[in-house]
Amino acid sequence: MIRFLGQRLVTIPFVALGVVTILFFIFKAVPGDPAALAAGATATQAEIEATRVRLGLDQPLVVQYVNHVLGVFVGDFGYSTTFRGNPLPHILARVPATLELAGAAIALTILVGIPAGIAAASAHNRWPDVAISLTVIGLLAVPNFWIGMLLIAFLSVQWGLLPSFGNAGPLALVIPSLALAARLIALVARMTRGIVIEELRKDYVRTARAKGMRRGAILVRHVLRNVMIPTVTIIGLQTGYLLGGSVVIERLSAWPGIGDLLLTGVSNRDFALVQGITLVFVVGFLLINLIVEVLYRFINPRLRYA
Amino acid sequence: MPEAVAGRRRRRRRLSFNLYLWLGGGLLGLFVLLALFGPAIAPYDTAAQDLFALMQPPSAEHLLGTDNVGRDILSRIIVGTRYTLSIALVATLAAGLGGVALGAVAGYFGGLTDRIVTGFVDLLLTVPNLVLAIAIAAAVGASATGLTVAITASFIPPIARLMRARVIELKEEDFVSAAVTTGMSHTRILLRHVLPNASTVIVIEMSLNAGQAVLVGSALGFLGLGVQPPAPEWGAMLGASREFYAIAPHLVVAPGIAISLLVLAFNLTGDGLRDHFDPGIQR
Repeated sequence: MIRFLGQRLVTIPFVALGVVTILFFIFKAVPGDPAALAAGATATQAEIEATRVRLGLDQPLVVQYVNHVLGVFVGDFGYSTTFRGNPLPHILARVPATLELAGAAIALTILVGIPAGIAAASAHNRWPDVAISLTVIGLLAVPNFWIGMLLIAFLSVQWGLLPSFGNAGPLALVIPSLALAARLIALVARMTRGIVIEELRKDYVRTARAKGMRRGAILVRHVLRNVMIPTVTIIGLQTGYLLGGSVVIERLSAWPGIGDLLLTGVSNRDFALVQGITLVFVVGFLLINLIVEVLYRFINPRLRYA
Repeated sequence: MPEAVAGRRRRRRRLSFNLYLWLGGGLLGLFVLLALFGPAIAPYDTAAQDLFALMQPPSAEHLLGTDNVGRDILSRIIVGTRYTLSIALVATLAAGLGGVALGAVAGYFGGLTDRIVTGFVDLLLTVPNLVLAIAIAAAVGASATGLTVAITASFIPPIARLMRARVIELKEEDFVSAAVTTGMSHTRILLRHVLPNASTVIVIEMSLNAGQAVLVGSALGFLGLGVQPPAPEWGAMLGASREFYAIAPHLVVAPGIAISLLVLAFNLTGDGLRDHFDPGIQR
């Protein structure tokens, strides 16, 4: 396990290097003078030149690139025009809020998706199954931010049940995490339904029934175990969706995470901030995938010795 | 079971399987018509403001109501079809071409070429597609073109991976070795023998991607990073309604339904194609 973790952790800096490189050249190719942007709208030509020298923008491209990469690896993400300095502390301060949102969405996925799938499977081909299956098809087509808008329009504005934005208290988490989780709930419910229908036909279920075990107990003790691994797989595969989706949902609900900050960076044309947040998203993506693989080994003993 | 009966049964099975394909294809056809003839069908001019009819709820005059500057929402939805549909189609096709080319080259030649291409593709995969799209939109500016480039870039990796895996599988087939023995060129082998055998998986993946492209495109429009107002793009319409939907919820309903129906059309088509070509998979 330790060797496996070590191998995986070692690759992260290399991926980060690749992403930093691509972003550096994309943003260098953008028309416009970064020194003029950094110096501000009212700066004189002399001030712009001074800024250029101070930020090292007068150096050859290769030197700038090397300095940039070395900087990133010691935690210096460059000059952010929004924060007038290194954006890293400001980005890290926002990470917990995004994790909270993503965590709540994953919890909802498990708490709603699996029971919905089991309910559909238990009523195979009868109306609850049809209703749940149609809901799944619908949820996979609906934009998450639109679900959020509808929830805000009805649950909070019309009926006043929940706060519509900000992060005051756990109730404020309900609408954004529900909007973000909708797609994952649909995927997990569909997968659970398929597996449970298949498992219920197997011999061991018949044997357990013959021994007098209740249907519910069979589901919980035997069938549900087969659902855990694919659920983890789906959540792992959808990490990209979860992180990307959080950007839109955070903007919609004014949730103070890094996605919201990314959009602030875009509207300020603050490339250091955009680059830094993209990198944090990538590292987050890799870490979540690592956690998923570790979880696999816990849930599925066969993998531990493979 | 006699041959004829078995054949008929198989055919009937196939027809009932095609329900998704029929529904999805029908809906798509409808959207294509709206995209082509939108301005001719729309009851009002999409830019015509009626300042005496602001944020009117649906009525006989304005079937879906009017927006915050009194424009007819139904007309804007109809004409807006062409933005979303063309962005999704162009991005999906471009990503399909790019992904197929990269995947085919990587899988067919192997070795160092494969390592470089796979490394690049895996790198792109680690950036969440919406984040990549936002970063690119930030660099090239918010526009329909920027949006299309961004979506294309984010949809290349999955296609490239799929194509690479399929090519590696096909490379071992006898007909490929036979073609190599007869002295056929690599390009010709790839185009004539490998590509046709990989096309099914790719087409299915592409139609599912198109649905995702609509979602990503409208999310960017919503954030103000895609098609710019006053163009009646659905995501941008939702974005523009943000300040008003508390008092006029009907502003939110129609564009969202339009987006969902288009995504549904692509998803159903993809699922239908998958069932058609691969009936063994149970969902």
